[in-house]
Amino acid sequence: MGNILLEMKNITKTFPGVKALDNVNLQVEEGEIHALVGENGAGKSTLMNVLSGIYPYGTYEGDIIYNGEVCQFHKITDSEKKGIVIIHQELALVPQMSIGENMFLGNERGKKSAINWDETYSEADKYLKMVGLSESSRVLIKDIGTGKQQLVEIAKALAKHAKLLILDEPTSSLNETDSRALLDLMLEFKKQGMTMIIISHKLNEVVYVADKITVVRDGSTVETMDCHSMEIDEDRIIKGMVGREITDRFPKRSGVAIGEANMEVKNWTVFHPIYAERKVVDSVNMTVHKGEVVGIYGLMGAGRTELAMSIFGRSYGADISGTLMINGKEVTLKSPREAINAKLAYVTEDRKGNGLVLSNPIRVNTSLANMAGVSNNGVIDVDKEYQVAVEYKEKLKTKTPSVEQNVGNLSGGNQQKVLLAKWMFTDPDILILDEPTRGIDVGAKYEIYCIINDLVAAGKSVVMISSELPEVIGMSDRIYIMNEGKFVGEMKADEATQENIMACILQSGRGE
Amino acid sequence: MKLNVLGIIKKYTMLFALIAVVIFFYFNTDGLILLPQNINNLISQNAYVFVLAAGMLLCILTGGNIDLAVGSVVCFVGGIGAVMMDKNINMVFAVIVMLVGGLLVGAWQGFWISYVKVPPFIATLAGMYAFRGLSNVVLQGKAVGVDDGFFLKVFGGGADCYIPDFFGGKDLNITCIVAGAVVAVVYIAYELKKRITAKARGFSVVPLYTLLIRVVCICAVVLWVFYKLANYKGIPTAFIWIAVVLISYGYITSKTTVGRYLYAVGGNEKATRLSGIDSRKVYFFAYINMGLMAGLAGILTIARQVGAQPTFGQLYEMDAIAACFIGGASAYGGEGSIFGVIIGALLMGVINQGMSIMGMEATYQKVVKGIVVLVAIIFDVLSNKKKK
Repeated sequence: MGNILLEMKNITKTFPGVKALDNVNLQVEEGEIHALVGENGAGKSTLMNVLSGIYPYGTYEGDIIYNGEVCQFHKITDSEKKGIVIIHQELALVPQMSIGENMFLGNERGKKSAINWDETYSEADKYLKMVGLSESSRVLIKDIGTGKQQLVEIAKALAKHAKLLILDEPTSSLNETDSRALLDLMLEFKKQGMTMIIISHKLNEVVYVADKITVVRDGSTVETMDCHSMEIDEDRIIKGMVGREITDRFPKRSGVAIGEANMEVKNWTVFHPIYAERKVVDSVNMTVHKGEVVGIYGLMGAGRTELAMSIFGRSYGADISGTLMINGKEVTLKSPREAINAKLAYVTEDRKGNGLVLSNPIRVNTSLANMAGVSNNGVIDVDKEYQVAVEYKEKLKTKTPSVEQNVGNLSGGNQQKVLLAKWMFTDPDILILDEPTRGIDVGAKYEIYCIINDLVAAGKSVVMISSELPEVIGMSDRIYIMNEGKFVGEMKADEATQENIMACILQSGRGE
Repeated sequence: MKLNVLGIIKKYTMLFALIAVVIFFYFNTDGLILLPQNINNLISQNAYVFVLAAGMLLCILTGGNIDLAVGSVVCFVGGIGAVMMDKNINMVFAVIVMLVGGLLVGAWQGFWISYVKVPPFIATLAGMYAFRGLSNVVLQGKAVGVDDGFFLKVFGGGADCYIPDFFGGKDLNITCIVAGAVVAVVYIAYELKKRITAKARGFSVVPLYTLLIRVVCICAVVLWVFYKLANYKGIPTAFIWIAVVLISYGYITSKTTVGRYLYAVGGNEKATRLSGIDSRKVYFFAYINMGLMAGLAGILTIARQVGAQPTFGQLYEMDAIAACFIGGASAYGGEGSIFGVIIGALLMGVINQGMSIMGMEATYQKVVKGIVVLVAIIFDVLSNKKKK
């Protein structure tokens, strides 16, 4: 095929005490989509930060050869001048500004002393068209959805005359439809000759879009697979990522008896807290039994999180109606505290935003929802607290030198374990896990699944909300399918397939 | 070991800065700064800073929230007390009214901040104007003197505001020496008990030598301070109030669940709320305590100044805020300690006093203070950056 556009040669990057990258080599051909895959902390993002100049020349060893010349990037603008543009996982847009303002932020049209707004907006509209957005560039960022915001990021990159586009987890916050649209857009750009590097955890997407796949493991590039010369499937990639074959991605549960119903939700309706006429959850009926894993599948925005949080002590929504029965008795839970006392736990999908106090150590996070368990009359028994934290650290196999480590320093998978520990320490009967494996790597996912199995084996109930179909099917006993605020289907796990679940959603959409 | 030393220096940056500043002034004032009388003044003059900064710390912990109304509240509450005592109302009753008054002001501001979600900056800015105006109303624009001898003695004002020497020492206040020894012994006993229980329950403890170094250092400082005070007139009564406040709030912030909630709300409010903690109550708690401390500071201020004036308490809030930030409290909340507040307040106090002794003009003193606050924070920010 084409010539080599980018070559990273023998890149080694050390942080104090850690070798993050060890002799990494990467070759990207012109006009291809090159995927970087690997577990969390394997070094993918570090590598891209080296490439884009976030880690300036001189702080790493090795050479970056771009377009035939050796490059020394000292800052991001150096690499952007050459046409290397990186789009980070977290969107870098200012919500209160318009699309056009965001697009040329730091790259303003016109003179320094006077921005040419006409040029700004007409240029912006041009690039928006290229990414297939019909919005005017004068619309504010906060008024468009996440999917469109991601497209604006791409348009912003195009406005910088990108020749090599790096997308770090571009679909992590997008729903299935938006993700697919984004991937198709990438394929369209490829036809026009753009070179792209994509970092992703979603292997089905990687298989869909990539020409070549490079696997990074423990700071080294393990192998590069050419998708055109050999048949690549997800299992093959996983094998490369973890260094061994994972025979079963979902651990088997055996001999867990499903008991009587311990939570019933009837006619549950929730309205949006701001747009009072919008029904976010619409007459949902749900039953959860002891020892059962109930999956709730739905696309993002289907109302899953809103359902869970409104049940959990009315933490979300307005005008909540319906009945909630726990162990056969009707209850009204008006605050998270009452929900916790009723033996309910809600493990949020947003670890950093809603779940953990990142600046505090594991010990403090573990006890936060059950301070009564580690204190007497309002006085904390720190020794006991420490003991509890260590106990859960060992039980859940959290990887950390000590429980005094700040949670912000842990990897996503380990943060998730701390979050689970926090809620397990409240001794709940029913755990609602919202996207328990989002953004964590294959190995840690497996461990989280094992924890779920242990929980139900101990007679607890788990409600698992997920937008990953294989996970829902692999882990649940029973699945509810949610779309636009309603439960549109219910099936046993052994009847469920990806096809009939998707069909269920599509049909419900048409029924309107 | 080398790493360890670096870690200690980073952790106690401001403590070392304090020591450096003391040494600087020691040489530039020919040792005057460490005279017993000056140590005594350092404590008495800055009593309000310690008290207000302790209250302010709670607010800052909840998310960098500050209380701008503090200075006005000090004046307002002090004014009420002075007027009451001027009308010969019982002093105990007046004190209770002042404390309750502070508490109510705290509740008033706390209500708007926590339950109505008025941004603290604005709610307390409003309070700053309103209570300044109310102080004028209460005092009718005049200075009102306080002449209740017992009140002055108990709250650190007038000529004789010291704990009497029960042993009748001549040049040396023996009660003061005894008190210092008792404090040291209690502290040693506390550390020992902590270590023994931790060991008994099978927890790892710090190596004995680090504990020894710490205990010896702290005891030495305590004994030295009490020895200095004994050489002057003994323990100033204001010192007792400072100690009570600092120990109470040190305990609340580090050992109690309420204290933990303050940090948690400041670290991540949403997560704290979903953990079943009512964050509104936490904000309310912080501001009601701030009000109580403003009440106490009002009492200490009118005692120290032997009266109240409508201009009292100006910029007190800034002194308290500066002490917290110099002491390492995070402007975003969730980080900070009473120990830091003590260091911060002392640092400011020592610089003020040192410059006065050196005879620097008051106008320039403010410039220096401003620079010190900035440098302290820059230093802190930079050393924290390197940690990452």
